[in-house]
Amino acid sequence: MSLDEFFVTGDPLIFASQIAIGLTMVGLIALITYLKRWKWLWSEWFTTVDHKKIGIMYILSGVLMFFRGGVDGLLMKAQTSRPELGLLDAQHYDEIFTTHGVIMILFMAMPMLIGIMNVVVPLQIGARDVAFPKLNAFSFWIFFAGAMLFNLSFVIGGSPDAGWTSYFPLAGKEFTPGVGNNYYALSLQIAGIGTLATGINFVVTIIKMRAPGLSWMKLPIFTWSTFITSIIIVAAFPILTIALLYMTLDRLFGTHFFTVAAGGDPMLWLNLFWLWGHPEVYIVVLPAFGMFSEVIATFARKNLYGYKSMVYAVAGIAFLSMLVWVHHFYTMGNSAAVNSIFSLTTMMIAIPTGVKIFNWLFTLRKGRIEFSTAMLWSLAFIPCFTIGGVTGVMLAMAAADYQYHNTMFLVAHFHYVLIPGVVFAVFAALYYWWPKMFGFKLNEKIGKWHFWLFVIGFNMTFMPMFFVGLDGMSRRMYTYAESTGWGAWLGFSAVGSLVMAAGFAALCYNIYWSFRYASRDVGNDPWNARTLEWATASPAPHYNFAVVPEVETLDDFWYKKKKGKTGLKKADLKPVHMPSNSWTPIVLAAAFGLVGFFLVFEWFPLAIISAIGIVVGLVANTFDYDDGYHIPVEELEEEEREWRGDLQ
Amino acid sequence: MSAKNHGFPWNLLVGFILSIALTLLAVFVAFYTDFSSHVILWVIGVMALFQAIIQLFMFMHVTEGKEGIINVVNMVNSIILALIIVFGSIWVLTSGHASLH
Repeated sequence: MSLDEFFVTGDPLIFASQIAIGLTMVGLIALITYLKRWKWLWSEWFTTVDHKKIGIMYILSGVLMFFRGGVDGLLMKAQTSRPELGLLDAQHYDEIFTTHGVIMILFMAMPMLIGIMNVVVPLQIGARDVAFPKLNAFSFWIFFAGAMLFNLSFVIGGSPDAGWTSYFPLAGKEFTPGVGNNYYALSLQIAGIGTLATGINFVVTIIKMRAPGLSWMKLPIFTWSTFITSIIIVAAFPILTIALLYMTLDRLFGTHFFTVAAGGDPMLWLNLFWLWGHPEVYIVVLPAFGMFSEVIATFARKNLYGYKSMVYAVAGIAFLSMLVWVHHFYTMGNSAAVNSIFSLTTMMIAIPTGVKIFNWLFTLRKGRIEFSTAMLWSLAFIPCFTIGGVTGVMLAMAAADYQYHNTMFLVAHFHYVLIPGVVFAVFAALYYWWPKMFGFKLNEKIGKWHFWLFVIGFNMTFMPMFFVGLDGMSRRMYTYAESTGWGAWLGFSAVGSLVMAAGFAALCYNIYWSFRYASRDVGNDPWNARTLEWATASPAPHYNFAVVPEVETLDDFWYKKKKGKTGLKKADLKPVHMPSNSWTPIVLAAAFGLVGFFLVFEWFPLAIISAIGIVVGLVANTFDYDDGYHIPVEELEEEEREWRGDLQ
Repeated sequence: MSAKNHGFPWNLLVGFILSIALTLLAVFVAFYTDFSSHVILWVIGVMALFQAIIQLFMFMHVTEGKEGIINVVNMVNSIILALIIVFGSIWVLTSGHASLH
């Protein structure tokens, strides 16, 4: 293979990106060396097992990937803003919508949510860390390896171009012979291992590590939704693992699981993909529901209306999530019985979701609502998400779906579900939990700019898609004739996407501004909140709680504040047992990334050599007898005095 | 930590070897025997079930620990999911026009 085939050549946009990436890398390395920060990076971040730092790294990766996926989206909007525009050719457009989808779902939404789960859940249940801190670090690094491998594709070798769903037979080697879809199969496989490990980690953490007295029906609702999400992860991700394995075998080793040639069945790929893909939708949306619930209860100054029905609704959605996958491919021509049953199960999902919407509304009713930025996101979520939900019920009817299927109507629908459902939630959560991560608030005034620009831009971008969709525009069209009359709608939509981008820029500016100028004097509980994470310092100390709190009721911290019982007795302090840092997660993840890269190019000897690295790393890891270390009482006392003043 | 945790992990080793052996046996049955495909499906299905049981006892320590109810809920949930995935897929892929065969 010549260098010419190795690097992607011939496209000025990509050439500019290659130069930009090269310069950024050199610049970053030079900057870190100049500031002498390598050792600090290694010991404080790369080898850390602290759930809060891991969470922050997840969120940072999520923001970066949001930028990458967002640029993909803007390019698509620019290309379709006028009829017959030649900004992108068909092939390039295919690659961009593929990477946009994969990156936004798997490398933006997932790390953002998992990052916030990491930061918040151990604090909410009064734990010192997750159940398996080292595995947690491994989850992050292997996710990061997968994400980087996927992003590499657009400068080295070529991007995948068969859609984020990568349907066979198109995704098979016969029709896409390049390395692009190898990247898809392998990077998703690698990142998926991390997600699966996270799911296991949080199931065990929430079952085993709750503070004394914190029984199931006293759990904060965000912890509940994380718990159920983790169970769906453990149930659904192995299906993706197997589907991707079959895809890899088909593409690299010539098997025929999904190729018609030797009796395989391309429909089996659709079936397996959506058996994972539909639960995946709930994996990203359930934690978001939990975040909104916390924010709404806090800023309405009321306890969450119908807490128990909320829990049952989440569990109900989780159960139904495994029973609806066929609604993604009604049009494959199934029997009336199959399509009817799956129509019914799909429409049933509207029931628990409706329960949740009403619970939020009743929580707001007669509340003393404070319109903070976090609350604004939650309030905007309810109407926007309802539009997504109602159009979802339209799509759920199999007979009607034959009309909507694969049109822009569908594209508008799932953006109306995922952007309010996930992106608004992540923004609300960032504004809400930011002080707990960094010890200062994000600026509320810039936050309002961020909010209004993004929400207005979002509606401008996606509302027109419903109409062009109903007018017959199918998804993934890279251009269209002027006579279709879609030009005005799509031009308006393109302007909307710029407004949305301005909203994102406001967020970035807000982060920069607040890091430099925001007041550091916010106390441990800046929002007058209800749950346990606010009972400790902001930013949370590395041991989380000097003394593990005893929980008596739901919203325990709220009632303790009222009774004035949030103090700390000096006599209660005992040495705290903490896990040690470890270098194995990042090194193992790097080995996985290398194996993935070599397999993409089918360089098997090199892949085997790197795979030996994985085995050696795993074996070495089993001989790690480090049982962690203890923080002495004096150190705890000093740190607690710093924010509490005097101890009792 | 109890002394038991530091002993040689025979359980895990036996489970590991049995799992590999059962997988290789499945490959052998599928590729190198003359049974009808119906029989082959049943044989490898039974071996898969056997392997699941081995993993449950040798790797997942299903008999240890006090969380009896959690274990039961877990297993019932897994079995329901497995049934949905297997029989759901068969139903979806073999009915209506979807069936190629």
